Amino acid sequence: MVHVWRRKQIVRRGVSAGLALLLTAALAACGNGSGSGSTDKEAGGTTEGKSTEAQADSSAKPVELLNVSYDPTRELYENYNKAFATYWEKEKGQKVTIKQSHGGSGAQSRSVIDGLEADVVTLALGYDIDAIQKKGLINEGWESKFEHNSTPYSSTIVFLVKKGNPKNIKDWGDLIKGDVEVITPNPKTSGGARWNYLAAWGYALKQNNNDEAKAQEFVKELFKHVPVLDTGARGATTTFVERGIGDVLLAWENEAMLSVKELGPDKFDIVYPSVSILAEPPVAVVDKVVDKRGTREVAEAYLKYLYSEEGQTIAAENFYRPTLDSVKEKFKDKFHDINLFTLQDVFGTWDETQKKHFSDGGIFDQIYTPGS
Amino acid sequence: MSQVNAARRRVLPGFGLTLGYSVLYLSLVVLIPLSALLLNSTGLSWDKFWHVATDPRVLASYKISFLTSAAAALIDSILGLLIAWVLVRYEFPGKRLFDALIDLPFALPTAVAGVALTALYSQNGWIGSLLEPLGIKVAFTQLGITIALMFIGIPFVVRTVQPVLQDAERDAEEAAATLGAKRFRTFRTIILPELIPPLLTGFALAFARGIGEYGSVVFISGNMPMKTEIAPLLIMSKLEQYDYAGAAAVAILLLLISFLLLLVINSLQRWTRRSVR
Amino acid sequence: MAGTVPMTSVQTSAQASPATTEAAWVKWLLITAAGLAMLWLIVLPLLIVLTEALKKGWDVYVAALADPDALSALKLTLIVALVTVPLNTVFGIAAAWAITKFKFRGKGALITLIDLPFAVSPVIGGLIFVLVFGANGWFGPWLSDHDIKIIYAVPGIILATLFVTFPFVARELIPLMEDQGTQEEEAAVTLGARGWHVFTRVTLPNIKWGLLYGMILCNARAMGEFGAVSVVSGHIRGQTNTLPLHVEILYNEYQFSASFAVASLLLLLALVTLLFKSWLSWKNAH
Repeated sequence: MVHVWRRKQIVRRGVSAGLALLLTAALAACGNGSGSGSTDKEAGGTTEGKSTEAQADSSAKPVELLNVSYDPTRELYENYNKAFATYWEKEKGQKVTIKQSHGGSGAQSRSVIDGLEADVVTLALGYDIDAIQKKGLINEGWESKFEHNSTPYSSTIVFLVKKGNPKNIKDWGDLIKGDVEVITPNPKTSGGARWNYLAAWGYALKQNNNDEAKAQEFVKELFKHVPVLDTGARGATTTFVERGIGDVLLAWENEAMLSVKELGPDKFDIVYPSVSILAEPPVAVVDKVVDKRGTREVAEAYLKYLYSEEGQTIAAENFYRPTLDSVKEKFKDKFHDINLFTLQDVFGTWDETQKKHFSDGGIFDQIYTPGS
Repeated sequence: MSQVNAARRRVLPGFGLTLGYSVLYLSLVVLIPLSALLLNSTGLSWDKFWHVATDPRVLASYKISFLTSAAAALIDSILGLLIAWVLVRYEFPGKRLFDALIDLPFALPTAVAGVALTALYSQNGWIGSLLEPLGIKVAFTQLGITIALMFIGIPFVVRTVQPVLQDAERDAEEAAATLGAKRFRTFRTIILPELIPPLLTGFALAFARGIGEYGSVVFISGNMPMKTEIAPLLIMSKLEQYDYAGAAAVAILLLLISFLLLLVINSLQRWTRRSVR
Repeated sequence: MAGTVPMTSVQTSAQASPATTEAAWVKWLLITAAGLAMLWLIVLPLLIVLTEALKKGWDVYVAALADPDALSALKLTLIVALVTVPLNTVFGIAAAWAITKFKFRGKGALITLIDLPFAVSPVIGGLIFVLVFGANGWFGPWLSDHDIKIIYAVPGIILATLFVTFPFVARELIPLMEDQGTQEEEAAVTLGARGWHVFTRVTLPNIKWGLLYGMILCNARAMGEFGAVSVVSGHIRGQTNTLPLHVEILYNEYQFSASFAVASLLLLLALVTLLFKSWLSWKNAH
């Protein structure tokens, strides 16, 4: 008995000693953490009191914004952030630094939900912003807060083919002919791929007088021609461009133009199909965060300035379709006129679309279910 | 036997401290966070859990993950033993460098490993272009997944075998040799039994690591459902739909199976050790 | 402590004895086979990384490493490694001591639990900390009320790395110490040595190579971890990006050369730790 008791005591002593060790270590880690960047504190650590103070004399205090965005907008926001900082300093005499975070649209949206303190989100799909709104971080009705359903710029889905278009791919119908191999990322993991899928679906509906069964048939056939399903848009681009797999890449127009520019104008051509989808990557202010940090004014101005002449020009230069008429006119040679339908026209809301097509057991999954 | 153990316990100090600290640290860093995963999936009813975890596509992905990891770990065990042996027992030019290179698969971010391997084995890569005429496809097949997992797992085997080999008593070997035993026989009867426990450990680690691996595999696998779609990818695609509970369900079943496999391998390892002694 | 126990020099003395070495042709055959295996498995992929890194020339390479974002990522990566490796080393030694020097019930389960983080997909390894410390997690509301940031800040990255590299040292030491048994320590204790002395004078010299391997592996993996860290980092440029995340960013920006250049920096860091090990063993031999 005595022995047992002693052992218990030993274990208990061990536990407490261990706890003490661990605590010191954790403290050391925290010390290191805050020491690593004074910016850490500025970014997130403003208390309630400080933020009101910051609002009172916002003209003097430098401010920092965090823009959480998706993958292909890196180049766009790198340029735009500089332009906005200059504009804001001239206008309000306040220095603004914009931090960027990029990643897959869905993963980024999850990070914001789980506590990444983004002042603004600029994502690939309305669905991902809806998800943040459902958690109460963004107020309802964010779509109508800015013009054009809160989409300052748009894009569409086009084909990237090898120089000279050896397989003679002109339209969606050509994608399912013979041994044509199509590269697209996986719609379940990539926001861009969902636009690809929906564009194909919309084409098939138009072609078959809105016969859903025929559309499903077409999309199923299309995915039979897909040899590799990358997890993200840039992965798919690499597979097509660097590895030389496939005959045609389905891509955002801005991605296609950028990869032609970056990876060789002499190697690839862009093909515009007869009809495609108007891809609308929306923007929103994260209300909870800006109210906590006292950055609402500058965050709203930041998104609003995207609609200005300068903001639109930067978007167009980075291959996004501008929405402002004057800039549209200026860049009309760059962006081909093609027949575009919107998500709203053909599919309804994102929630409905997601449920029907991309959720587990949805139409996309059925394509790959054996025996169907 | 038990008498000896009781004596042992009394002789050596630090049992309470070390075990207490280990268990506490294990709980804080591993068990408590992992239990969050478990609790997250309790949002699902048992039926739903079962439905999610045994969907044909999920089952296919388990099969692919387990088969490719097992194959990779097996090949790693053989090659790892060879490499560890050569590194410990022989002197040759460039040995230092050779030794240093073993760990690099750990230091290379898995995504970079994936990209590099895909570049190597795709049809226009250094190796892929050689294999293409032979009709062998590596990139975007299960073979490709296996190779990526071999790359990820090889240091585990080498580094668990190496110290044991370094420390192995040469007396028995020498005795066997002086008694006229052939070298191979000495290896088989004296050295190999000593090496089986670390080999099993190495295998178990490489195997376990392979099952969970995501970063390097998604580049080379092609991610085709039912063919080259690994289980961790399905977890990702569930997260992408904000389906935390579904993701947790797949992850937990995966974890449970790997845990049981590891448990079996570990007991086997301890059992072989006991029978050797 | 070096030199107190002349156990580790077995290697050189054995090398001399012809009775325990193979015929020369077997030796060279084995070396060649091992060399080929290495070339195929490890060297070729690394060569790809290096050729890609230097494809656009030395200037691009240097520029990629001197970029402020790369430097801040490097700093963060080093901090993470400096915190995680000692923590996991202390744990590894404690766990190995308890497991190999004593008998108790549930030992097999404990060993397997230590292995568990290897079996957990790195993505899940990050996700669990989001579930605990995230805004919707167990401690989320409390942390946010007290303005403490764990997820999407440095502590979260350290936690995820701790998790992923958790088993290395312990796993390295357990088979080794089990192999060595307890006689030497017991002898020391009967001769009157105290606990800490037994460890530093008897055990440590015996396990130092295994320990060093474990730490090196732990360090390499801590610096190279991508999946788990990617989930908890928030990807804020210049702030919460580690080197592996920076590599991914560059890659996704079509800056392939720069991205591989940064990846090669990680390899270089790993090589430095290995050279350190070689230096130690050299110093030890003299």
